[in-house]
Amino acid sequence: MANVLVNAPKTAKRGSIVEIKALILHPMETGFRPGPNGRIIPRNIIERFTATWNGTEIFDMEMSPAIAANPFVSFFAVASESGTVGLRWTGDEGFVVEERVAIAVE
Amino acid sequence: MDRRRFLAGTATAIGAIVVLPLGTASATPEAMAGAIRKVVGASQVREGRVSLDLPPLVENGSTVPLVVSVESPMREADYIKAIHVFNEKNPQPNVFTARLGPRNGRAVVGTRIKLGDSQKIVAIAETSGGQFWSASADVIVTLAACLDEAT
Repeated sequence: MANVLVNAPKTAKRGSIVEIKALILHPMETGFRPGPNGRIIPRNIIERFTATWNGTEIFDMEMSPAIAANPFVSFFAVASESGTVGLRWTGDEGFVVEERVAIAVE
Repeated sequence: MDRRRFLAGTATAIGAIVVLPLGTASATPEAMAGAIRKVVGASQVREGRVSLDLPPLVENGSTVPLVVSVESPMREADYIKAIHVFNEKNPQPNVFTARLGPRNGRAVVGTRIKLGDSQKIVAIAETSGGQFWSASADVIVTLAACLDEAT
């Protein structure tokens, strides 16, 4: 169900800095809005986004309801060695999505 | 009461009246200051080194692009440990906290945020040495997020 779009270079020079962009489909329901029946729609957000490079955590972001729907995150990483970048989103209602992209370092 | 004291008293009273209406359902500048205090503790926050990019005029508050970049060598000896973003008038003062390290190479984080009203956004960067640097930006929002009913 969860759709993820990740933009990262497939190859990179050793030691260069690459940008990684990630977008995930998610309503990011704030828990402050009334629904059609007048009742508040319960909060349903992604609380945390983490990125790993070959298993080592390199980036982590704690999100609040102020992050727009379909959260987009961009960050940088030093291309130290070939491997996989693991991205993980976790949130309310047991939401867990993982995605991997491979980066070859020359 | 002399004239000077009267004027000072009046100014305080007007200040109090202006501040009051904000204290209902939304975060307030005070709530933001409180949230910032929680992060920085007793440390001093200096302006500079951080740049906060977001459009000054936003038509739709439900997706506002935001980029925080911090000047830092991002090496073991000196790097940016965390970037915190706060707002004044959304229901909650926190927007996000990103944790970084030397493996990021560049202390730049981009995302898209919601804004419930025209307000001030503050970004605070925490260095590995425990210093805090900040930048702020004022945004005018013509159509706010959160107010629309879900369909």
